[in-house]
Amino acid sequence: MKVCIVGCGAVGSLFAAHLAQVDKVEVWAYDVVHDHIEAINHGGLRVTGNADLVGRVRASTDSQAIPPCDFGIVATKSLFTRSAIEATAHLFADGAVASVQNGVGNEEVIAEHVERVIRGTTFPAGHLVEPGVVNMDTRGDTWLGPFEPKPAAMEEVTRLAEVITAGGMNTKALTDARGAQWTKLIFNAATNPIGALTGLTHGRVCELTSTRRLVSDLIAEGCAVADALGIILDSDPDELVDHAAKVAYEHRASMLQDILAQRPTEIDALNGGIVSFGADQEIPTPLNQAIVALIKGMEHSWTQPG
Amino acid sequence: MPDSASRPPQRVCVIGAGSIGSLLAGHLGQICELWVLTRRADHARRLEDDGLRVSGKSDLRTRIRATSDTTQLPPFELGIFAVKATDLEPAAARLAGASPEATMMTIQNGLGAEEVVARHGDWPLISAVTFMSGNRQSDVHVEYELDTATWLGPWARTGTSVETVREVAALINASGLHAEAMPDLVPAQWSKLIFNSAINGVAALTELPHIAMYGDEDSPAALGWVVRKLIDEGKAVAAAAGVELHEDPWEMNRLAVARGETHSSDYAHLPSMLEDVLARRPTEVDFIAGALVREAAQHGLEIPLTSAVHRLVKGKEASWEITRPQLQEVKL
Repeated sequence: MKVCIVGCGAVGSLFAAHLAQVDKVEVWAYDVVHDHIEAINHGGLRVTGNADLVGRVRASTDSQAIPPCDFGIVATKSLFTRSAIEATAHLFADGAVASVQNGVGNEEVIAEHVERVIRGTTFPAGHLVEPGVVNMDTRGDTWLGPFEPKPAAMEEVTRLAEVITAGGMNTKALTDARGAQWTKLIFNAATNPIGALTGLTHGRVCELTSTRRLVSDLIAEGCAVADALGIILDSDPDELVDHAAKVAYEHRASMLQDILAQRPTEIDALNGGIVSFGADQEIPTPLNQAIVALIKGMEHSWTQPG
Repeated sequence: MPDSASRPPQRVCVIGAGSIGSLLAGHLGQICELWVLTRRADHARRLEDDGLRVSGKSDLRTRIRATSDTTQLPPFELGIFAVKATDLEPAAARLAGASPEATMMTIQNGLGAEEVVARHGDWPLISAVTFMSGNRQSDVHVEYELDTATWLGPWARTGTSVETVREVAALINASGLHAEAMPDLVPAQWSKLIFNSAINGVAALTELPHIAMYGDEDSPAALGWVVRKLIDEGKAVAAAAGVELHEDPWEMNRLAVARGETHSSDYAHLPSMLEDVLARRPTEVDFIAGALVREAAQHGLEIPLTSAVHRLVKGKEASWEITRPQLQEVKL
């Protein structure tokens, strides 16, 4: 089996290195960052932290150098979904492509270029330590399911989930993975931008009454949209928020990290996704809409003189 | 300043010498005996030694008297509280019992300043809102940026006469600043409150100066959409409170960014709450967005976006781990 990881940042690298542990799987990686790709080709892809392994992965910045694959796993930031799948779609003429990205809307973009698509949600997180080395910060499950408008066969979804699990990252195949995806979406959309706008860690956001209430108000809008879509959430996002406050008090949301580094955020795939699915269902989402505008304003502030 | 006397005030005390206080002192000190009450003793000494310099729209050097010690203040006829809303309570407490014959004027952002001052004395009160702005360059130098007007009106609960308000407006105009007396300031105060709540809140969170983007509502996630929604919420509160607005705050926003653009293509006025954020000072959000949230609650209204902005700015303040002891409970 050949698998190509599309976007080999922290999360993509975790998938690549774990999959490479499985004998019958040949792992390829596509990314645009030269030094990471060179380091992977030179010495393999190393995982530290919550896992300790080295994977033999063939990596390239040129998708023409990669053979046709049975599976693709798209792990770019949602901002780059379109450019990444445009560059690699030809590899999957006979394959199925999964998204393990943040937010919603990525599968729709992938489906514009690929016939069989898998909806995915993943909880493991990490960060690149140096070229060729990724630290696994947290472990967690991954959920995969057919993307209904252009679904991969359930047999394919199961096969992919089995090899990822065999590589050491627990993955479940579901006929409907929307519940898992929307639970994580609503959680992220209610917490990430609050951290980004205030500069508070996750624990502090939950400790202060003013921000904690706003988190719940945002969750309520997201749940109303999920409900209108007929999605049954995996768990109560409010409980996830309180749980995370205990286990990740000092965690700075990835969006806050983006803001501090003045990188564009994933706001369009998170709160922007809730807004656009809400509009389709005629469910008003004014708070999420305001959050999108404020984060975009913040991104624009970096272009101001002085 | 008894209402029967028609002569203008001879001795004026400005309490607080930030941007607005310095602009008032630098101009009024040209035509009357002007005292400034500061918080810091070294600030008062520098003002006494160097006087006050105003640059920008005016070019002045003004000799003034200054002290940080309330007992050193001679009786004055007009007192102007020009401290930030967050500092008003302690400032008014310091003036308690001083110059019982004086008329006092408040010029703070938001709502509730008059109530705070009234708790500390029986002075007739003048309400004011100002649209002028300045950049404080140093303890003794302020740049006069926007030369827009200050509006004055009697605070009805103390029975201040319209005549008194007119005299004070005339005094301010004679000093080179712009003032307009109104029989009822509430409509103007609310127009500015609603404008400020939206513009200052958005600026504090995005760290964007007040640029054309604030008026752009072309796309669903455009910044102007939020500004418009925040303003609509404020207007709903005004309507519920029975206040007719003097000006439409959305038009004020449009004009402000348009005026800036004709002035200079990279016009970028920093709203005061953004200045506070950049300096990591406590903001006036409790008196602005917070005031609207409290008013809305009194009328059984929900204003979710204004509440969200209020909560986010409070969260942002908390992220600085403020240790100064000025976080006293706001009682309005």
